[in-house]
Amino acid sequence: MDKRTVFSGKLLPYALLAPQLAVTLVFFYWPAGQAVYQSFLLQDAFGISTEFVWFDNYQQLFGDHAYYQAIFVTAVFATVVTVAALSLSLLLAVQADRALTGAGIYKTLLIWPYAVAPVVAGVLWLFMFQPSLGMLSKGIRVLGYDWNPSLRAGDALILVIVSATWKQISYNFLLFLAGLQSIPKSLIEAAAIDGASRRRRFWTIVFPLLSPTTFYLLTVNLVYVFFDTFGIIHAVTRGGPAGATTTLVYKVFNDGRGGGDLGISAAESVILMLIVIALTAVQFRFIERKVNY
Amino acid sequence: MVENRPWADLVSHLILLVGVVIVVFPVYVAFVASTSDMATIANGQLSLVPGPNFLHNYAQVLFHGTESSTKQPMIVPLMNSLVMALGIAIGKIFISLLSAFAIIYFRFPFRLTAFWVIFITLMLPVEVRIYPTYKIVSDLHMLDSYAGLIIPLIASATATLLFRQFFMTVPDELLEASKIDGAGPLKFFKDTLLPLSVTPIAAMFVIQFIYGWNQYLWPILITTRDNMQTIVIGIQKILLVTDALTEWQAAMATTILAMLPPVIIVVAMQRLFVRGLVETEK
Repeated sequence: MDKRTVFSGKLLPYALLAPQLAVTLVFFYWPAGQAVYQSFLLQDAFGISTEFVWFDNYQQLFGDHAYYQAIFVTAVFATVVTVAALSLSLLLAVQADRALTGAGIYKTLLIWPYAVAPVVAGVLWLFMFQPSLGMLSKGIRVLGYDWNPSLRAGDALILVIVSATWKQISYNFLLFLAGLQSIPKSLIEAAAIDGASRRRRFWTIVFPLLSPTTFYLLTVNLVYVFFDTFGIIHAVTRGGPAGATTTLVYKVFNDGRGGGDLGISAAESVILMLIVIALTAVQFRFIERKVNY
Repeated sequence: MVENRPWADLVSHLILLVGVVIVVFPVYVAFVASTSDMATIANGQLSLVPGPNFLHNYAQVLFHGTESSTKQPMIVPLMNSLVMALGIAIGKIFISLLSAFAIIYFRFPFRLTAFWVIFITLMLPVEVRIYPTYKIVSDLHMLDSYAGLIIPLIASATATLLFRQFFMTVPDELLEASKIDGAGPLKFFKDTLLPLSVTPIAAMFVIQFIYGWNQYLWPILITTRDNMQTIVIGIQKILLVTDALTEWQAAMATTILAMLPPVIIVVAMQRLFVRGLVETEK
């Protein structure tokens, strides 16, 4: 990141940096530090006295069945959404990458859900799957299954998974398409001349060359499911029934709500931060190595 | 095209068409619901043809609100969302341009430290530190205000990184020429760098406008007064009443209203925004 010539200036660069640094310190580092500090505190029910309790909050958390349930739900949710969103969008991007007539129209029609808020996606599918009047749930009833996401854990999870996947396809599609278009066509043509079939060309040339994009999307999708899907869960299932859709982020929100148990909520925040830092670190290692064959 | 295979093309068209239907169908159903009357939806008799109540439902939602749940005209949260999204987009672009300029075009002690201090914020979304951030905003008396909705969310590294990357590609000769002409740093920034940066700025604007418009957790936490809420939260409030009484036509009209502005921006500025998204990956 070095320029050959630069300006000289003693105070000006600091003045230019000041707004961003100020906002970052006040609304980012300070609260993040607070979260770490609070995770070691125990506050009584009235918030009058606080006591330093070392790792008690963490111990309590890891002795709590509900926390393990949240970890499990988050893991299932993240895996299914990531795999489904990545494979569906790759399938679509590969088709759109072929020089088809009308490819531009397909592209426009597929990318606009990027602009849709996760909560909007949730409400759209909630309406389609509403047990008594939803268009899709009527179909499911005809098949003889008593679909009801407000009572059945599995149904609720399916509902949030479908909403979250639907919303994420457009972003993945866009980046996959950009990745595909940057692969030199000469490689593919050479393989075709050698008699490699379409399937073979895809798995031995295109897919490996696409791996930097795939790995990038993998982390982006995981972070998306971890955090951005909060809106879907909050509006559609409220974490229920019986915690079946309570993810880690929803639990941070729920446990600390109305001044609830801030120590526990802070401990959960800290664990989440560690997870994201780990994910990002993994991503950077892969990007450095430019995952390629 | 490597080879000519009409059947393979047909299959591709079919797959893409199915994809488009999956993407468009829920929104179409929502639109149909938003033009129908409550009884039709409640009886499960919604068809695939728009109903007759388009004007009535949207006027009701925009200027009067729902009948049983919120009773809030949605024009207010719609304006709040606009202010919040514009504030976040412009704020982020402004502070990021300045800091990227400082990091690229100056040499000063702690330059790399400053870069890393900003860069690390890329990793931690507001969701993981909600209550401590809430407390700070509350101590600063910014609850229920536009400042509280906007300022904590403009602390993010995405835009800084993008502008930093773009500035690196600007030829050194331009700076040398400006210096020979006697231009100072601020003049160079204003007259040379900014005009060159129009494309990345526009791309960032689209991305950050959508980010701001679609915020959910943060506005829920820090707004208590109805007249400070955003449209995205408004949807959720309509659903709060018991299932049987949910005014689905109003909920769906609100949903359509909430998605319309960002979708229009994405479609209208598709090329720019695609470029911006792909650039931030690198």
